[in-house]
Amino acid sequence: MPRNAIAAQSPAPLPPGLVRARGAHSRWAFLIDLGVLIFVFAAIYGVYSIGRSWLGPAVPGAKISQRPSILPLYALYSLVRISVAYAFSLAFALGYGYVAASSRRAEIILVPLLDILQSIPVLSFLPGVMVAMVALFPNRQVGLEIGSILLIFTGQVWNIAFSFYSSLKTVPRELREAAIIYRFGRWQKFAQLDLPFSTIGLVWNSMMSVAGGWFFLMACEMFVLGDRDFRLPGLGSYLQTAASHGDTRALLWGVGTMIGVIVLLDQVIWRPVILWADKFKFEQVESGDKSRHSILTFLGKASFVIRAYRFLVLPFFSRLTLVFAGGARRAARTFSHPKAEQSRPWIGWILGSTVLVGLGFAIFHAGSEIAGLHREDYSALLRSAALTFLRVNAALLIGALWTVPVGVAIGFNPRFARIAQPLVQIAASIPATALFPVILLFLIRMRGGLEIAAMGLMLLGTQWYILFNVIAGAMAIPTDLKEASRIYRFGRWARWRYLILPGIFPYLVTGLLTASGGAWNASIVAEYFHFQGRIVSTAGLGSTISRASDSGRFDILLAATLIMATVVVLINRLLWRRLYRLASTRFKLES
Amino acid sequence: MTTSTIAVEPIIEARRLEKYYPQPDGSRIQVIAPTDIAIFPGQIIALLGPSGCGKSTMLRMLTGLSPVSAGSVLWHGHPLSDESPNVGIVFQSFALFPWLTVLENVEAPLEARGMPRLERDKRALRIIDAVGLDGFESAYPKELSGGMKQRVGVARALVVEPEVLFMDEPFSALDVLTAETLRGELLELWLDKKIPTRAIFIVTHNIEEAVELADRIIVLGRNPAHIHANFTVDIAHPRDHKMPEFVELVDAIYRALTKPDHAGELIPASEGTHATGKKHIIMLPHTRPGGVAGLMEILADQGGKADLHQLARDLSLEVDALLPAVDTAVLLGMLKVEEGDAIITPEGQEFAAADIQQRKAIFRKAALANVPLLRQMEQALKAKANRTLPAEFFHDLLDEHFSEEEAHRQLETALQWGRYAEIFDYDASTGKLILTES
Repeated sequence: MPRNAIAAQSPAPLPPGLVRARGAHSRWAFLIDLGVLIFVFAAIYGVYSIGRSWLGPAVPGAKISQRPSILPLYALYSLVRISVAYAFSLAFALGYGYVAASSRRAEIILVPLLDILQSIPVLSFLPGVMVAMVALFPNRQVGLEIGSILLIFTGQVWNIAFSFYSSLKTVPRELREAAIIYRFGRWQKFAQLDLPFSTIGLVWNSMMSVAGGWFFLMACEMFVLGDRDFRLPGLGSYLQTAASHGDTRALLWGVGTMIGVIVLLDQVIWRPVILWADKFKFEQVESGDKSRHSILTFLGKASFVIRAYRFLVLPFFSRLTLVFAGGARRAARTFSHPKAEQSRPWIGWILGSTVLVGLGFAIFHAGSEIAGLHREDYSALLRSAALTFLRVNAALLIGALWTVPVGVAIGFNPRFARIAQPLVQIAASIPATALFPVILLFLIRMRGGLEIAAMGLMLLGTQWYILFNVIAGAMAIPTDLKEASRIYRFGRWARWRYLILPGIFPYLVTGLLTASGGAWNASIVAEYFHFQGRIVSTAGLGSTISRASDSGRFDILLAATLIMATVVVLINRLLWRRLYRLASTRFKLES
Repeated sequence: MTTSTIAVEPIIEARRLEKYYPQPDGSRIQVIAPTDIAIFPGQIIALLGPSGCGKSTMLRMLTGLSPVSAGSVLWHGHPLSDESPNVGIVFQSFALFPWLTVLENVEAPLEARGMPRLERDKRALRIIDAVGLDGFESAYPKELSGGMKQRVGVARALVVEPEVLFMDEPFSALDVLTAETLRGELLELWLDKKIPTRAIFIVTHNIEEAVELADRIIVLGRNPAHIHANFTVDIAHPRDHKMPEFVELVDAIYRALTKPDHAGELIPASEGTHATGKKHIIMLPHTRPGGVAGLMEILADQGGKADLHQLARDLSLEVDALLPAVDTAVLLGMLKVEEGDAIITPEGQEFAAADIQQRKAIFRKAALANVPLLRQMEQALKAKANRTLPAEFFHDLLDEHFSEEEAHRQLETALQWGRYAEIFDYDASTGKLILTES
């Protein structure tokens, strides 16, 4: 959607050179049209079968088939869930970020709230979401579907919202002033300034969010809530069923399919989107290497696509701009007070008091829920929090220990990087949870095997954040500094001490910060698992949350969630934010 | 553009325009002292002054981008808040939308006014043609050179047919040759009446640029900003930089800029006053000691006396670069400025001839004798048993006299000087000042 919103502003309808000339005259244009049409038919059939499944009667304990031939359909189901959840996430995040950035009063509440929401693991939302959805649609599968989508949504939305918010806050002053002085209306300012400026951040965070969606897919498609067993046909439930039956063949088929889908998505969607987003880089000079993606060129050649774009999308968006421009003309009268917030205090009061009443209500109920817990429960909770704390940080340490040297090696050596980077990217995009059952097969018989497995899963899920940041940091170290360290014959130790570690420090902190939050969230799937017909778990806050959710112990679930959110927010505030400040002052590489 | 046109009614009139930031303790930080400015049709007005003196804030208040603290801005006699003035601004950083093509950038303001597509295209293409951008309509800004980018900025500003064209340091991000070309083109558009704009208001720190373009030059003094001098330019276009009256005027402006700041001698009617009620604290010019040393050496080489304008020209420096060094040398008693001439003092002579270590000693003596802030800092450090104080302590002191940003710059300058003079040492990682034991 944002893509069209931006492109539609162009009076010259198409990016010249890329589309028109080559597309119209290509001999293969007809075949490409045909391909696109076949694709559309396939998509229509997919929508049809999804509709049939969603609108069908509710099947509470649906049997998840283990036939490999069902996998394409299951993959489609999961893909649609993740895509719908992502679409909602994006829409919600844009609204949330926009409000947080444009109203100072809302900002005070919304930004810290984001911090807290981000630290709450997916499963903690599960009981509330599921009970509400099943109550709303007692006889239809659609209730379960929406519930599952909402769960995926809660794992995807927060970082996109934060990215949009922080982009909006960093729009250069003179650009904002230009928009005011030339009387941009709200819509035009959003479409021509806010959204394009935020696009690159949105794209990268969307990739991270969708990866998170795959990571937690197994938890979101199949779960027990008290005495009720919820299952939705999909790739996640397929994998989970295979794991709990110990069906190695099915497991491998499932993992293979998931990897295939993710690699395909990466090639067909994310690569082209990243290339396209390059247009929105806020830079004065064009960067050297320009690569073109085959899919973009491919679509560009289909005259079918061109026509749809030219005759449907473009007119719609210019109409929209003009409709809103009328509003801009009226708004121009209040020109000299562009920032003056319309003071309608009563709206604020009503909103504020509604929020307060809701909060009071929630706190009261939460309090009475938790009041039933005994002292032993609390000490058990705190002990498990301590265990997870140790596990998370051990995983971070191990992650840093291997990623720093490898990342620096990749970053310092362009030729090596060209080979390694795509491989690493594919490895990183495979959700560790899908591999987890396979790993468990080997580790389960060992002493302390589950402990290793839990840490291994956290590591698999989060080490990539560190690795990518270290690579970026190593690449950002200026060549003249590297040359200086060579000329003065720094030894290996001096090189690391004076050049590499300070150079990558800001990037390392960013990577560790993201990884730390991710590892805490991953603990709910890492510490507790249905495997070969039984539950394997290791003590920790994550397994406490999973077990509480399984057995319907809402009081423990609530208390554990509160503890986890508190711990994560505290670590962020006390440790990461300080390191971050240090990184952005002392270790900033300035020209 | 003669003085006779001034008889007509102004397009914009600012009366007792002020900008200040109220402080929690009830006092205020005055950024711009009460100032009167009028923009008349048919004139190019240049607002000239060293950087950081409040020129840009003034421009933003006149356009309505920044709210005024006191006083009023009138457009054709009506308050700005009731009008929707038709203006364009050309920004120093160009402020183009990098994701829009040249044509889209220029059309964006028209689109905002709800103009239909065909009309939009027609107008935008006409103005793109006029500024010499034809052929670049579908290019993205990052593909263009700085000069071409600013042409887009000018086209975007002119496409709305603004009554007043505002320009905020429009040429200072460009190289000298490109800037000269663009100035010439702007004058051509203006003098040949190819654009419907009735007045141009340009903010600059470049004296020659102001003299080349403007019919009237307003020189701003700073801390707080106020009108320091006012010049009318009666030289016929095209104005050659080597013409005697051109050079003479540039000299006169130089003299005004270097003159101790007793505002009001030249234009008593609209002078500004120092509205701060606090005890006066000397504002340090933002220079590094190395710059002062360089200036003294050059002066000594030239026999101890030089015309400032000539000097700036020889060194191809703009006011911004030269004046702070001159101010510093004057403050330290190494230099005197008389009628636009810089004359070296015996102390300055000694400083210029000394080696590195001696220079530091001379600088130290001069700094402690003439800069109250450094003296204060030394005394405060001496009063402490461990001879150590956090830099924040001094920052808080400066905060009472300057805006947040200026206080920061003042402290930074003081740290530079103090370290060079070996009065104290500063540890950036702990943020602490330590007295140097001699």
